[in-house]
Amino acid sequence: MAVNTTAAPGVWGAIWQGITRSTSGFVGLCLVIGVLLFSFVGPLIIDHHNPTDVTAIWGPITSEHWLGTNHQGKDTFTQLVLGGREPILVGFAAALITVAIAVVLGGVAGYVRGRVDHFLLQLTDVTMTIPFIVLMLVIASFYSTSSPLVVSFIIGLVTWPYLMRSIRAQVLTLREREFVEAARLQDLGTARILFVEVLPNMAGYIFINFIIAVTNAIYAVVGMYLLGLLPSTSDNWGLMIQQAWNNNAFLLPQAAPFLIAPMVMIMLFQIGLVTMTRSLEQALNPRLRDR
Amino acid sequence: MIDRTVPATQRPGPAHGHGTGPGDASPVLSLQGVHQVFRTPRGDVPAVAGVDLDVRPGRVLCLVGESGCGKTTSARMAAGLAGPAQGSVLFRGRDVAGMDRRERSDFRRSVQFIHQDPYASLNPVRTVYSTISAGLRRHGLVGDRREARRVTAELLERVDLTPAEEHLDKYPHQMSGGQRQRVAVARALAMNPEVIIADESTSMLDVSIRVSLLNTLGKLRDELGVGFLFITHDLAVAKYFAWDGEIAVMYLGRVVEHGPTPRVVNDPQHPYTKALIDAVCEPDPDLAHGRERIRLRSSEIPELTDLPPGCDFHPRCPLYEQGDCDSVRPPLVPGRDRLLACHVVNGG
Repeated sequence: MAVNTTAAPGVWGAIWQGITRSTSGFVGLCLVIGVLLFSFVGPLIIDHHNPTDVTAIWGPITSEHWLGTNHQGKDTFTQLVLGGREPILVGFAAALITVAIAVVLGGVAGYVRGRVDHFLLQLTDVTMTIPFIVLMLVIASFYSTSSPLVVSFIIGLVTWPYLMRSIRAQVLTLREREFVEAARLQDLGTARILFVEVLPNMAGYIFINFIIAVTNAIYAVVGMYLLGLLPSTSDNWGLMIQQAWNNNAFLLPQAAPFLIAPMVMIMLFQIGLVTMTRSLEQALNPRLRDR
Repeated sequence: MIDRTVPATQRPGPAHGHGTGPGDASPVLSLQGVHQVFRTPRGDVPAVAGVDLDVRPGRVLCLVGESGCGKTTSARMAAGLAGPAQGSVLFRGRDVAGMDRRERSDFRRSVQFIHQDPYASLNPVRTVYSTISAGLRRHGLVGDRREARRVTAELLERVDLTPAEEHLDKYPHQMSGGQRQRVAVARALAMNPEVIIADESTSMLDVSIRVSLLNTLGKLRDELGVGFLFITHDLAVAKYFAWDGEIAVMYLGRVVEHGPTPRVVNDPQHPYTKALIDAVCEPDPDLAHGRERIRLRSSEIPELTDLPPGCDFHPRCPLYEQGDCDSVRPPLVPGRDRLLACHVVNGG
């Protein structure tokens, strides 16, 4: 093991080193950043005005319409740029909620044990039995104006039990480690021991699960748009796929760009996230950092 | 080397002599008739069966014995990590079990524990600075971050981890076993303890590093007046570190011989102590060959779940005599210069 003799590069420097060390991880990061720039900086640059044009339905790819036009004659590329923000935001918000609940409840259950643990396990059992799609159907039919935030809340509130269980299991083994006992001998307090001594040992695992939760939430929200569960008027990759489906785009060769473009964007983003996690684990673990 | 030139009279605590007798400085930490029983599917395991020990300021009490004899269990009870099934642990004369919140936190800080394995006892994701300063900051012993760094550096220097500044921001995996164990000692010292319980704290280290760590611990004992409960299976270590203190030899959950270290080591009385001392390796092959070995009647250690009647040691004891040995358990009684539990030696 090469001991770093130069000045410590700091946390961000270390993470940068970890990310750039593996090629696939770096490519993943570039993909993620690329899609994020496309979806969040892009809307600031392009012209939002995208009127319906009955003379240009399913128009071909031209210099004016880079990806052709859709069934209403709207520019596909403009829709693609504007449509990324919502699924990505929903994905991150839902993942944040899911991971936060799972980490706090899993940590407390595993560390405190006893009746608290028992109660929280019962809660996961109950939550796991909630049929997600049916719940969405019910909510969508009751509240026709489901905002993206509500959607992410619902996804976050029903998907945490799986991660919570595995975090609890890891905390159960970590709490028996001697360094935790040493912290108890120093009278550091339960909250500090759990959140400062125990959980940081799982930082890599938690972060990777956060990314996985983002991808799952994006698939969930796109899937819900595709099934028509979420009425939305704003531009949105999921909605684009649903519109393509409803207008039989898969039968029309000239409609292919409208169908394929949002799918490609989603896939690029997901592939980027997943490959990025591999090198992030290296970056977040001090033992792997110096290798 | 441990500074043995300091006259014993300058040290806190009493001079040589009858270590367990009356008239000594009052003990900071005492175990009084503590028992510990582990319930297992194969039956109850009486890991510790009635042990009395006193730790005095600036003195070393060394607990030696084979693996599984209850040393570590006794140490964990002394540290308050486990409550005794029977008996009591007294800190400054107060029963730990009956302490209120404030007293307990005082006890928690004053009695520190150093684990055996420095690879497991340090959090791998925290730097040396953050490991040591956690307790300081938590208990308001330092004000701001600058002061915390300064005090931490002083603690590192105290445990001879120099230059301290270089080690502050290291992670445990960047250090050797000996350096890690020093960090663990510094962490214990940060609490300004009166007693340090060291559970085989040097057994995982290389021999050369072991001596230098023992010297560091000896410095703390002499300069800071820290009392030690030192657990080891290595009599050479016990002899080196506890020369001015006492040794208690444990066998199957009981103390069988307890007295001043020089007396116990140079003139062991209990046949088990004799066997232990005899088992220490002799580096000189000529001496090793010429030495007369004690023959135990059996090398099998009895199961704790199925102890023999009478003296626990009688199935292995070379001094075994017909009579009390296999029917009556010998009590631990004061002898000439020590406490001893043996029918044959005490009777003869």
